[in-house]
Amino acid sequence: MKKLFLGVLTALTLVAGSSIAATLDDVKARGNLLCGVSTGAPGFATVDDSGKNVGFDVDYCRALAAAIFGDPMAVKFVPLTSAVRFTALAAGEVDILARNTTWTYSRDTDLKQTFLGVNYYDGQGFMVKKDLGVKSTLELDGATVCIQVGTTTELNLADYFKENGMSYEPVPTADNAESQQQYLAGACDTYTTDASALHGTRVNLENPDAHLVLPEIISKEPLGPLVRHGDDQWADIGRWVLNALVIAEEKGITKANIDSWGDTKDAEIHRLLGTGDTDILAMMGMPKNALYNAIKAGGNYGEIFENNLGATGGINIERGVNASWTKGGILYSPPFR
Amino acid sequence: MKNYAYVREKSIPPSPPPLIEVGVIGWIRQNLFSSWFNSFLTLFSLYFIFICLIDFIPWAWGGHWNAKSLRECMDLDPNVACFSVLAARWEQLLFGLYPADQYWRPTLTFVFLILSIIPILFPRFFRYFWFSVIYPGLAIWLLWGGSIWSIAIIYIGVIFGVASFTVLSKGVIRSTSVNLTLSIVITLLFFLFLSSTLTEFLSYLIPISLPFVESLRMGGFTLSLIVGISGIVASFPIGILLALGRQSNLPIIKMICVGFIEFIRGVPLITLLFVASVLLNYFLPPGTNFDIVLRVVIMVTLFSAAYMAEVIRGGLAGLPLGQHEASASLGLTYWQSQRLIIMPQALKISIPGIVNTFIGLFKDTTLVSIISLRDPIGLASTIRADTKWNGIYWELYVAIGLMFFIVCFGMSQYSQYLERKLQTDK
Repeated sequence: MKKLFLGVLTALTLVAGSSIAATLDDVKARGNLLCGVSTGAPGFATVDDSGKNVGFDVDYCRALAAAIFGDPMAVKFVPLTSAVRFTALAAGEVDILARNTTWTYSRDTDLKQTFLGVNYYDGQGFMVKKDLGVKSTLELDGATVCIQVGTTTELNLADYFKENGMSYEPVPTADNAESQQQYLAGACDTYTTDASALHGTRVNLENPDAHLVLPEIISKEPLGPLVRHGDDQWADIGRWVLNALVIAEEKGITKANIDSWGDTKDAEIHRLLGTGDTDILAMMGMPKNALYNAIKAGGNYGEIFENNLGATGGINIERGVNASWTKGGILYSPPFR
Repeated sequence: MKNYAYVREKSIPPSPPPLIEVGVIGWIRQNLFSSWFNSFLTLFSLYFIFICLIDFIPWAWGGHWNAKSLRECMDLDPNVACFSVLAARWEQLLFGLYPADQYWRPTLTFVFLILSIIPILFPRFFRYFWFSVIYPGLAIWLLWGGSIWSIAIIYIGVIFGVASFTVLSKGVIRSTSVNLTLSIVITLLFFLFLSSTLTEFLSYLIPISLPFVESLRMGGFTLSLIVGISGIVASFPIGILLALGRQSNLPIIKMICVGFIEFIRGVPLITLLFVASVLLNYFLPPGTNFDIVLRVVIMVTLFSAAYMAEVIRGGLAGLPLGQHEASASLGLTYWQSQRLIIMPQALKISIPGIVNTFIGLFKDTTLVSIISLRDPIGLASTIRADTKWNGIYWELYVAIGLMFFIVCFGMSQYSQYLERKLQTDK
């Protein structure tokens, strides 16, 4: 209570808006990372039956916490709705936002955020009932489409159908939940939203095999973690933890075998895991074994993907474009040197 | 008399009315089928209730309770409820993400809540009112933990302030207002300079503390109750003061009260919640930890107080002017006449409106899910994001609705009891 009282008092005397520098120091002083995640996005962030935070974005933040503190549990997850996420980051309520947020030009520039990279290439897809006999979005001419109003998906849908000279009849809905109910009740032939959400929805339908997520993705929704403008060191740390997870998958470093790379000839692995002579992690103010800890926390990118979005996670999303570039995807980290 | 062959000396006991006029049948005839139109309405209503329940009862009655996931429910029987989600998540719906080994704390807080409102609700237990006074501090300490002295110091400070007021009143200054202002200044000085040292000293002397639980872990129905009850308790006195202020003869006080009430009433609650959630942090210096639950409680209280003020003003307006004049002619001061004559009558008239505002406030607490707090509605979407329960809607909302119904119905029943009890004019 006294803390609050003094806080209000300081607020009255101090002028707001003093710059927030050296996030890393703040985080270290606090002893834990404040990570903004979704209040609930299947596969990305939620709370399991025992009250533990789980998800793809959650695992990224655990890796980051492991890099800083050596302890993947030294992180507090702040649930944020899409309405408050950017202001919460800007106001300093969280250190990093890993909340399946699409990287766009205006968010990067106008909202003064720094995106650290892409951890998941999402895109808008369509779900149909199999007995409709449709195999491709291009066969959807004249279809009724359940669509969430006021979203970018609504605009993408209009653009896509116009480009391809097709017509459709929109059935407006308020959110994904309503779209799903309308679709199941037969109010529309197909319903559209981000493909990851479609996959998440499909597995729990009464009969998943009766439904199909069409292969076409009609929009770019690159999701990634972001931080505030103005602290490049902090942005570098977040970016290279993400890159390290991607490189680890590329090199075959897993949570299980991470300790067995001591005598590898690959110099990049030595630099990454801090097993070599050169300590290049000092360049961003991190301990030599920071990225080793990050990978050790939840495994490499592929393992995290599999545990949350893949078959183990129960959503069964194919790697597709999210595979490493060595396996036909577009996941590509700059070299670690 | 002898001329008569027979004289009845006792009257015949009255025959029972015809069977169809009494008992169940009679009641039904009188109340449900008294005319063809009423019969039609009765049958129509019965049909309506029937079609509402025909699907719901088998759906709810046959519900699964033991499945591990929605998928499992679907495989068992997709046409009945999957209450397994409640079995798996009931603790979260009640306590949010509160540490599992500390669940006894919110539970105890709730039990104490019931005990502490009994003296307020039922006058014959009024001698236990002291418990209602210490309850808020006790509840805060139980829920958030930490050293007991950091909460107790507030009580010590208030006692200190009241004591200084009593001493001052016996002194040379006769004006209540001046004494009140002085004692408030003294209390503030106490909190500014003395309280932290005293807290540390007492914590060192008698260390009683509970593990600290941060607001981030508050959630579920506990959070709804925290926000709702604190809002209700705090908004009532503020509402009374605002209502009196609005009727005051002092222009500045009147202007402030009118301005506040009209501003708050002109703004949706969700806007105020957004201010609490995002805007406030822009103005506070970085690193200030102004607790989110406290911020929300303050906003909800201010919002509800404005409405409460108008409800009570309605009660005040319902009193004949003669009551004011009569109390003034008895020589009562302003506060005495408010306390003894005006308020008891005005509040009695306003009971339905007051309880209405309370119920509205309690239900409005679900809006906090929009600013990312994990109240039951917010938790429902979090639970749905778990692959195991993705796609589950009705079961969760039915359960949440039931919890809210119990509390709101309880409040409305109490208000009806109170109205009956205070019915002195008939």
